[in-house]
Amino acid sequence: MKRVIFGLAVLLVTASPSHADWTMNLTRGVTDISREIYDLHMVIFWICVVIGVLVFGVMLWSVVYHRKSRGAKAKNFHESLLVEITWTIVPFIILIGMAVPATATLIKMYDNTEADIDIQVTGYQWKWRYQYLAENVDFFSSLSTPREQINNTQEKTTDYLLEVDNPLVIPVGKKVRFLLTANDVIHSWWVPEFAVKKDAIPGFINEAWVIVDKPGVYRGQCAELCGKEHGFMPIVVEVKTVAEYESWLAEVKQADAKQQQAAMKSWNLADLMAMGEEVYNKACLACHQAEGEGIPGAFPALKNSPVALGEVSVHIDVVLNGKPGTAMQAYKEQLSAVELAAVITYERNAWGNKTGDIVTPAQIAELKE
Amino acid sequence: MTSSSASTHHHGPAVGLSRWLYTTNHKDIGTLYLWFSFAMFLTGGCMALLIRAELFQPGLQLIQPDFFNQMTTMHGLIMVFGAVMPAFVGLANWMIPMMVGAPDMALPRMNNWSFWILPFAFSMMLSTLFMEGGAPNFGWTFYAPLSTTYAPPSVTFFIFAVHMMGISSIMGAINIIATILNLRAPGMSMMKLPLFVWTWLITAFLLIAVMPVLAGVVTMMLMDIHFGTSFFNAAGGGDPVLFQHVFWFFGHPEVYIMILPAFGIVSEIIPTFARKRLFGYPSMVYATASIALLSFIVWAHHMFTVGLPLVAEVFFMFATMLIAVPTGVKVFNWVATMFRGSMTFETPMLFALAFVVLFTIGGFSGLMLAIAPADFQYHDTYFVVAHFHYVLVPGAVFAIMAGAYYWLPKWCGNYYNETMGKVHFWCSFVGVNITFFPMHFIGLAGMPRRIPDYALQFADFNAVATVGAFMFGFSQLIFLYNVIHCIRKGRQASSEVWEGSHGLEWTLPSPAPYHSFSEAPKVK
Amino acid sequence: MSVQSYYVPEQSRWPILASVALFMMAYGGGSLINSLSANTGGGGGLLMLLAGALGMGLVLLGWFSNVIHESNKGLYSSQMDRSFRWGMSWFIFSEIMFFAAFFGTLFYIRNLSVPWLGGEGEKGVSNLLWQGFAAEWPLMSTPDQQAFPGPKGVIDPWHIPLLNTVLLISSSFTVTLAHKALKLGNRQRIIFWLAVTVVLGVIFLYFQAYEYAQAYNDLGLTLNAGVYGATFFILTGFHGLHVTLGTLMLIIIFLRVVKGHFSVEKHFGFEAVAWYWHFVDVVWVGLFLFVYII
Ligand code: HEA
Ligand code: HEA
Ligand code: HEC
Ligand code: CUA
Ligand SMILES: [Cu+2]
Repeated sequence: MKRVIFGLAVLLVTASPSHADWTMNLTRGVTDISREIYDLHMVIFWICVVIGVLVFGVMLWSVVYHRKSRGAKAKNFHESLLVEITWTIVPFIILIGMAVPATATLIKMYDNTEADIDIQVTGYQWKWRYQYLAENVDFFSSLSTPREQINNTQEKTTDYLLEVDNPLVIPVGKKVRFLLTANDVIHSWWVPEFAVKKDAIPGFINEAWVIVDKPGVYRGQCAELCGKEHGFMPIVVEVKTVAEYESWLAEVKQADAKQQQAAMKSWNLADLMAMGEEVYNKACLACHQAEGEGIPGAFPALKNSPVALGEVSVHIDVVLNGKPGTAMQAYKEQLSAVELAAVITYERNAWGNKTGDIVTPAQIAELKE
Repeated sequence: MTSSSASTHHHGPAVGLSRWLYTTNHKDIGTLYLWFSFAMFLTGGCMALLIRAELFQPGLQLIQPDFFNQMTTMHGLIMVFGAVMPAFVGLANWMIPMMVGAPDMALPRMNNWSFWILPFAFSMMLSTLFMEGGAPNFGWTFYAPLSTTYAPPSVTFFIFAVHMMGISSIMGAINIIATILNLRAPGMSMMKLPLFVWTWLITAFLLIAVMPVLAGVVTMMLMDIHFGTSFFNAAGGGDPVLFQHVFWFFGHPEVYIMILPAFGIVSEIIPTFARKRLFGYPSMVYATASIALLSFIVWAHHMFTVGLPLVAEVFFMFATMLIAVPTGVKVFNWVATMFRGSMTFETPMLFALAFVVLFTIGGFSGLMLAIAPADFQYHDTYFVVAHFHYVLVPGAVFAIMAGAYYWLPKWCGNYYNETMGKVHFWCSFVGVNITFFPMHFIGLAGMPRRIPDYALQFADFNAVATVGAFMFGFSQLIFLYNVIHCIRKGRQASSEVWEGSHGLEWTLPSPAPYHSFSEAPKVK
Repeated sequence: MSVQSYYVPEQSRWPILASVALFMMAYGGGSLINSLSANTGGGGGLLMLLAGALGMGLVLLGWFSNVIHESNKGLYSSQMDRSFRWGMSWFIFSEIMFFAAFFGTLFYIRNLSVPWLGGEGEKGVSNLLWQGFAAEWPLMSTPDQQAFPGPKGVIDPWHIPLLNTVLLISSSFTVTLAHKALKLGNRQRIIFWLAVTVVLGVIFLYFQAYEYAQAYNDLGLTLNAGVYGATFFILTGFHGLHVTLGTLMLIIIFLRVVKGHFSVEKHFGFEAVAWYWHFVDVVWVGLFLFVYII
């Protein structure tokens, strides 16, 4: 009993808005909706505290004063219509009081109309893809924390597990609508400061929206169990001023063009292997494992695999188009021609797979058309 | 009455292994259920400790993510289907015939079958840990398509194991209903039934209503995996969310299946140790029935973030909030029973009191989760984990412990060791709060559930929770020791056992005779 | 006052044997299905499944003959009879809920998921992912025609299904007539009407098999044909399985009548089977309406 009261007291103290400490209570966030939700949360929390204090108070009173060792004699009442009706109706009224503002907030959250920007967000095992529908900008975003930190061989840095290679970028003050879907299993896109958490369902699209008031970097995580690396698919959103956002867009488009050119340059085996290893560790290692040994029963080994040692075209086809109905996804859209060429070359020459084959970026670029 | 049937009433148990394998006796079967459940509690508990150990610090230390997911899944499944449900069935088997004044359960042979399916079902489920590709790793809620297209091959065995548990539960529930409706002693009218019997009657109804739905949904999974259908696949016109609707149509009543008998136990214990009649018996019955009925129309509160249409969202929010009303009635009635009573605090009472407080705290967080917009922030975080462990561990499990201590002297004829019982209680009580209270904080701070590794700001409370978990876990060894000690050489118990006890079971000698009431008692 | 007696059977080997058999069926079935899916034979699984099924058959035979024996010896009071009745009624209720899950699935798919995928209703944006797909029911072309090629045609409700409806409904009447005859103690008539019922059941099953063959061979209506095929087969399939079971039970009852097991007052075994048969019949009416016609 003491512990509970102590625990409640801790929660009380830390939950009051002045102590809005993100490591103990809900964040207030940076959108109107998130603040409304925070308020709802606090109101219902206090209601529960008051009811709790009353109920546990009466109980404690009885425990202390109506104990046999104090000579208490049991009374004989065991019914009272009035009391029973009261304690049925009063909670009911309290609940209605709660339901009304909650419904109002819900209605607001469901208003997906009149967005300034539409972004399609697609969950993949285990990364996010962001497509700016009006802009022809399309990229993947995956965890950038080094494996060494996860395996405790390197000091963990501040944003451990909450950092990505390519963050989502959106402008401040604009209504951004997200069209959420998934490529394989269900994921859930969650950024606590926006109070947006919506499941990404394969084959369906869910909508959510946000108007952020403050530029900054906001971090979240996938919130639906999506397989082995579910704990390792964070979300990072950079909210920029409108001008900065525009210049970012321009930059991204330029970078895309550069990559296309790189595909045309000629590559040698060593370069491809070096790059391939990097790509492999980022994109493939989670399933096929560091030494290409796979996980029996779940993910096939690539070391000594008939595909990696056999016909090149088959290998390329698997990587580009995936195997529908399995966890092996299509990488055609996810990786650039150079990266694809590199990783395939790598797989054909690493871990004792000595085919000596080189797959050139130009070759892949042609297939990608 | 024929003489041959009379002779079967008056013999003791057979000896040796055959007693347990072939028994048709409700007490033997109850005992089997209870020991089985305890074994599963230890198994599931050890898995929980492995989970907690991995979460002690950020970074991957002990186990790899895929195995972590297998542990989470197995822990949830084993605790729900292996520990809590069989424990309640075991208590029902022991107590219901004694409470209604019957010689045994209505269908004794089927009763044996209901039990013996379980060890086979769970061996099959545990054997998946050793299969290629590993055990099920998709959470105890096994959402498609993670559990269909993307599942390890062992999912097939998981599906059949679930089918077997379903068969067992349905037969068990049918037996309980038939016993209660048909074997009451003369004069034992429905509104005189002890509350434990009432809550079990309603629970059994829930079981029969929803276990077949679970069977249906795993069957559709099996079809999707192996026979080319597309129930949960948009490419063929199906919907992964459909899986969740069907699952939770089962799943929500399921969580009440795990709490209603607990309500019953507590409603037996509190009046005994407050030496005062239960306050508001009829409203307790009506409240239980309302909770059960409401439980059929609230399932989608587990799915507030899947993108339900607005009306559905609002409907399920309101319906869910409504459940607080009948549950509140129960809590208030318990408190009113204690009020102006004459209380003593033996171990069963301590567990019952802790139940009332900690279950209510779990109920409060449940109510917070029911507020749909707020659930967008809570969903799939440790706040949910905190919620359901509060209602399940110091809720269901504490009630089971309370029941075990309360009836143990009736079962084996001896008192347990009271001091040891109190030590067990206090260690459990402190441990459980250290384990699960901090989970509210890390959940609100944003830690998702089902992750093997987490960001640095969650580290402190996770470490605390792990310490608590080990403390709570090892305290259960005290319980185990106390029970064995009690059976072996406890102090002889009288037939009423407790000063304030009430009800038919206490009119039988301790230990209760092998065939409870071979002559129906008269009930005033 | 009179002492109520309730027959508590002696120890019994049947339940534990039944558990072993069930386990063998489940484990064998699981291995079989897995190895079929992985194309690696499956002989071991099949063997275990068959052994389990055989074992289960024998156990049930033994178990029921115990029950029948005890009943014939007059060990069962009318209270016992009521226990059996409660047991059977709640078992049927559980079966109803099993079908309810599949009917619920059908309604959800027809009224929500398919329209959403086709661009209608609150989640109509989903159509972005399936451009060109339009909602219709029966679903003739699926969102992804390659993975799940829709059926070329559907079953015409007014031919075989209508016939089957007539068959099953009449069989419900004939089984009632048999029951009436039983209450009058007219053996000849019981046997006749029961035989008619069994024959009707078998004819129903024959037509159902015929219909399946037609669906697979001529209409392209398969398990793989998208959700129309999936819901069609799961509903009619499980119903068919229940008819098969019901027919077997009727045959057993028939044999027992021939052996003269039932008396005018005590014939719960007969009634249980009749209830089951009516239940199967009612489910069919639901199927006829929601699967075939509407
Ligand atoms: C024994 C099991 C049990 C019980 C009894 C409950 C009881 C309740 N649960 Fe809980 N719940 C679970 C087990 C249980 N739950 C589990 C296992 C999950 C997670 C499943 C998973 O995803 O793995 C879950 C998840 C869960 C969710 C989904 C969260 C999410 O995933 O986002 C929600 C949302 O509404 C919820 C709500 C409730 C409510 C409103 C109650 C109510 O019944 C509580 C009512 C009680 C009280 C409110 C306290 C007493 C009342 C008073 C003193 C009266 C006055 C009070 C007021 C007016 C405030 N539960
Ligand atoms: C009734 C149900 C029940 C019970 C009793 C428990 C009990 C416990 N649970 Fe469990 N839990 C669930 C039901 C339950 N849980 C469910 C449904 C989930 C969700 C699963 C999912 O996400 O899919 C879950 C998930 C869950 C998680 C989240 C995992 C994740 O999201 O990844 C955690 C983490 O801390 C946890 C911890 C614990 C702990 C520490 C206990 C402790 O109370 C356990 C204490 C018991 C013991 C420790 C055993 C005692 C004995 C010994 C230690 C003796 C030594 C051993 C021998 C002699 C052999 N549980
Ligand atoms: C989410 C898990 C996952 C990721 C990430 C992944 N794969 Fe795979 N991969 C699989 C699975 C599962 C299969 C087996 C498919 C099957 O059943 O045929 C597979 C098969 C393959 C095969 C064929 C091997 C064989 O023996 O059949 C190749 C080649 C391959 N993957 C290459 C890659 C490359 C290159 C990458 C990264 C760019 C990658 N994979 C990333 C899961 C994954
Ligand atoms: Cu993606 Cu979890
Ligand atoms: Cu629920």
